Amino acid sequence: MTEARIHRSTTSKSDVAVQTASWLALVALLVPLGLIVGDLLMRGATSLSPQFLVDSPSKAGREGGIGPVLLSTLLVMGVCLLVVVPLGLAAAIGLNEYLRRGGFAVRTVRIALDVLAGTPSIALGMFGYAFFCIALGMGVSILAGGLTLACMVMPLYVRLSEQALRTVPDDVRAAADALALRRYTAILRIVLPVAAPGLFAATGLALARALAETAALLFTSGYVSRTPGSLLDPGRVLAVHIFDLSMNVPGGDGPAYATALVLVALLLSVSGVPRLVRGFTRRWSHPV
Amino acid sequence: MLLAVIGRSAAVTVAGLVILIAGFLLLHAQPALREIGFVRFFADASWNPSPGPEGRFDIVPALVGSALATALAALIAVPIGITAALGSTFFVHRAVARLVDSGVGVLAGLPSVVIGLWGLTALVPWIARIRAPGASLLAAALVLAVMVVPTIYVASRGAFKSIPKTCLDGATALGMTRIGILRAAVLPTVKPALAVGAVLAITRALGETMAVVMVAGNVAAIPRSLFDPVRTLTANIALELPYATGLHRSALFAGGAGLMALTWSLVVLGRCISRAWSGEHND
Repeated sequence: MTEARIHRSTTSKSDVAVQTASWLALVALLVPLGLIVGDLLMRGATSLSPQFLVDSPSKAGREGGIGPVLLSTLLVMGVCLLVVVPLGLAAAIGLNEYLRRGGFAVRTVRIALDVLAGTPSIALGMFGYAFFCIALGMGVSILAGGLTLACMVMPLYVRLSEQALRTVPDDVRAAADALALRRYTAILRIVLPVAAPGLFAATGLALARALAETAALLFTSGYVSRTPGSLLDPGRVLAVHIFDLSMNVPGGDGPAYATALVLVALLLSVSGVPRLVRGFTRRWSHPV
Repeated sequence: MLLAVIGRSAAVTVAGLVILIAGFLLLHAQPALREIGFVRFFADASWNPSPGPEGRFDIVPALVGSALATALAALIAVPIGITAALGSTFFVHRAVARLVDSGVGVLAGLPSVVIGLWGLTALVPWIARIRAPGASLLAAALVLAVMVVPTIYVASRGAFKSIPKTCLDGATALGMTRIGILRAAVLPTVKPALAVGAVLAITRALGETMAVVMVAGNVAAIPRSLFDPVRTLTANIALELPYATGLHRSALFAGGAGLMALTWSLVVLGRCISRAWSGEHND
């Protein structure tokens, strides 16, 4: 690690100013984080209990817990991942292993993915409502919400999986060709297993992004906080629950903070666990 | 062979989503564009929508609200993000830099609804103490700044890190001051990357919904001061789409399509900047 530093040679007034400014900026960056995390821990922990995780909400969420909300969240995330992982992985394989690198097709798909990644989530929510709920007749449902989220996290997942596939050196592919292995054998037996930790991490990050989303789900999976009976029932996810409690329910701040704490804990674990696994496999497996 | 077909078609499908999204937003925006017309979105007296054409569909306050909140957020977040990245790359101890990096990672990962919750329960009451009602343009801008500052920090940090050590050591050996080195050796190289980071942040701020809707007060009028409530384009959709019908709903879709067009052009702008930059480097 030879990270460049600027060493002090001569000291001028302007140098002191630059240094002070950067310290101030660092403080300004970290203070809101500290305030938010502090509030989250202090106000969230007071309303949190094991019972809170399983009980049904009552009195519009002021009392009771988030049991059905957690279930709806899991179902929406499940639908999302069931679509994103196979489709996104296939797209990444297509982009990285089959299409000519730097060719027209790859460039076009990359631009499209960039544009999709830049689309505001509320616009994706409108699209999901117009396409999945109305045009495909799913209604406001867990299925429609999960599919909308899948559209939203697809660019992130494809890009991260591509990066994971790219960590496998081309020498490996050339060696497989030299051994007259079929391309798909090489991909399935060599490239994917080697890239697996990275692909696992990509899934975790995509899931974290999906868990954090609210706007795309307002009109697609809805507000209903009953326990969903099927994927075609509406279901309220954690993020929407926080929004509703804080905006529409006077006195809902306590449970809103508790729900926020649960959500952030979930987020950190889904984005952190793959990283731990990757560290573990790196230590215990032989490098290729 | 099969995998090749699946892979290629998946790539095309994923790209095709963009066309599908644009198509469906425009399809639902069409009745409003046809019956209300483009002009009335800007010429009507106010935003008092109804399912029929007799409502008022002035979208200017929402546009102004979005533009002001985004611009203010960028004004706050861009200098802080860039200067902080400068500090943690060049000036502070490496341990501090690492701490800031992971802090920024956590901040970037916080759901917007959680930041909005904090804004609503902590920030808005503070602002209300200065001047009621608290839910205001200022609150929206601050919350947006908190949301996009990680984007700017990460982009700038990457750019600063990419400067070769020899460049800096050479400049130091010439006896240049730190600010002189920054001006002569650092800034010219990283300027385009900083611009791309800022464009990315503006794109995110413009499209952000939840954090803003929770703190902005959501009155559909042009604000006269920082402490007046505003309603952004995104908030307008989030608040009204659940119950809107007829032309009202279609007008919201038109707003959504406009928002999409704006953010897509920003994405293209960002790509153009970074392409012009890499082209320059290859020559």
